[in-house]
Amino acid sequence: MSHHIEPTTPTQLQGKTGGRRRTARHHMFVFALIAALVVIAPQFLYPVFVMKFLCFALFAMAFNLMLGFGGLLSFGHAAFFGGAAYATGHAAKVWGWPPELAIGFAVLVAAVMGAVFGFLAIKSRGIYFAMITLAFAQMVYFYALQSPITGGEDGLQSIPRNSLFGLVDLSSDRVFYWLVAAIFMAGIFFVYRVIHSPFGEVLKGIRENEQRMISLGYQVQRYKLVTFIISAALSGLAGGTKALVFHLASLVDVHWTMSGEVVLMTLIGGLGSIFGPIVGAGVVVAMQNYLADLGSLVLIIQGMVFIVCVLVFREGIVGVLAKWLKTRL
Amino acid sequence: MTSRHENGADYVLTAKGLTKVFGGIRAVDNVDFSVRRHTIHALIGPNGAGKTTCFSLLTKFLTPTSGTITYEGQDVTDLSPATIARKGMVRSFQISAVFGSMSVLENVRLALQRRVHGPSFDFWRSVKCLHALEDEAMALLQEVGLANVMHARAADLPYGRKRALEIATTLALDPQLLLLDEPLAGMGQEDIGRTTELIKRVAQTRTVLMVEHNLSVVATLSDQITVLAQGAILAEGDYAAVSQNPAVVEAYIGEPHDTYD
Repeated sequence: MSHHIEPTTPTQLQGKTGGRRRTARHHMFVFALIAALVVIAPQFLYPVFVMKFLCFALFAMAFNLMLGFGGLLSFGHAAFFGGAAYATGHAAKVWGWPPELAIGFAVLVAAVMGAVFGFLAIKSRGIYFAMITLAFAQMVYFYALQSPITGGEDGLQSIPRNSLFGLVDLSSDRVFYWLVAAIFMAGIFFVYRVIHSPFGEVLKGIRENEQRMISLGYQVQRYKLVTFIISAALSGLAGGTKALVFHLASLVDVHWTMSGEVVLMTLIGGLGSIFGPIVGAGVVVAMQNYLADLGSLVLIIQGMVFIVCVLVFREGIVGVLAKWLKTRL
Repeated sequence: MTSRHENGADYVLTAKGLTKVFGGIRAVDNVDFSVRRHTIHALIGPNGAGKTTCFSLLTKFLTPTSGTITYEGQDVTDLSPATIARKGMVRSFQISAVFGSMSVLENVRLALQRRVHGPSFDFWRSVKCLHALEDEAMALLQEVGLANVMHARAADLPYGRKRALEIATTLALDPQLLLLDEPLAGMGQEDIGRTTELIKRVAQTRTVLMVEHNLSVVATLSDQITVLAQGAILAEGDYAAVSQNPAVVEAYIGEPHDTYD
């Protein structure tokens, strides 16, 4: 990618490619750090807790792809997360599918839901878009509440993990952890690639100046729809995996509070930052876990953290960190 | 300018009966005009005359209440704005429309990406495949005198330089017809000179339709002028003819034109 132009401004040219390399180096370092943490985490923490965190981190990254990079505030992402959880549960429990197929099926279901909801919602903007996505998610919720397939109030319980490719028994959390870790790493790599692709460049352009992108000949609605579908599919990956972690798909997964939680995670971690949602998910999941004894006080504490976050550091934890380090994270 | 063909074949753009009604107000009222190939056509008029609305109608950012738009012999009245842009009729905006958090180079690259690389739904590829476009982006920046700031954030440029960047971005699409909405507004004298030269150079192989307030620029630059007032055409012709037109003097200039020279 070096340039072979008459170097009218050679120093600046170097400066730029140097800057790019510097940012890329930082990102590689963060990737390595995350991988290392994921590997050693089960030595110190309860594996199910870490797996829960990894699923929500993936969910938040999927959401951030839409809000942070596509500028689309969906308030109905629980539909994809929870819908995928039910799909995985059904495939694994009723059809007896192995996890790779059950989760793959869930991703497909979420993507199709994303395509349909997205197609209908994308024409609206801002608060109207948020409300339409919420309305769709509520439809999914009430379907899950009443349909016999989803088990109503009970949800789908005792979902078996079955064996990976029919070979590896996953009933032990210590073994299953590695599959979840692999899915998570693949997920963040995928998100990273989407953001740093030609498609990602178009998304940034749309976020900055939609009208100008139209005048450059980009069919903005289609990019938004594709973003919506990618985000829904990734949310499905997170939700499907989560169902196997807990052997459970329930109404909690499709409830609107789940849609709210993912907004919270993304904002706390850093909207539009690549690694921010992971940190945000960590904060929220840790609070829910370690403050569980406080009961409903957790919600109040969550709310306060959120308020402080919005008032004091709008860029989120990772956004502020990136500012200090003068890089993009 | 050449007036060799009178059969209409050398008109790039023709609007017939173009009308836009906003809640009972006729912002653009039955406007007919044609833009001849490889000319610079200026659209002038007092504030609120409907110039920018006209621009938005022609590029379909607004939908006309009635009327037809023909571009390169094809009726484009029902096409989407993005489709019209892809056909080579590209507009700029009055409020500077750069992608602020991107670098100057990336701004131009984003336009090149659409023209060279296609619609870019490839989310699985690395952005590195776009680096090949940067030589051409550099060349365009050189043309507008921005090569030395190509790594600056676009938002950090002074206003006049942002306008120059916009023109470079527009040129990256290799448009046949450029619609420039007040390309010189807010520019310093030096930038005005440079940009005027640029527009002149661009118009040698392309067609330019522009809204402009700076009358001395309009006088030197444009081959044809259409004067709008209250949404309707008041006069048409070259600068000499238009500036002597008593209706124009009264409605638009308000006093003898030579005050402005």
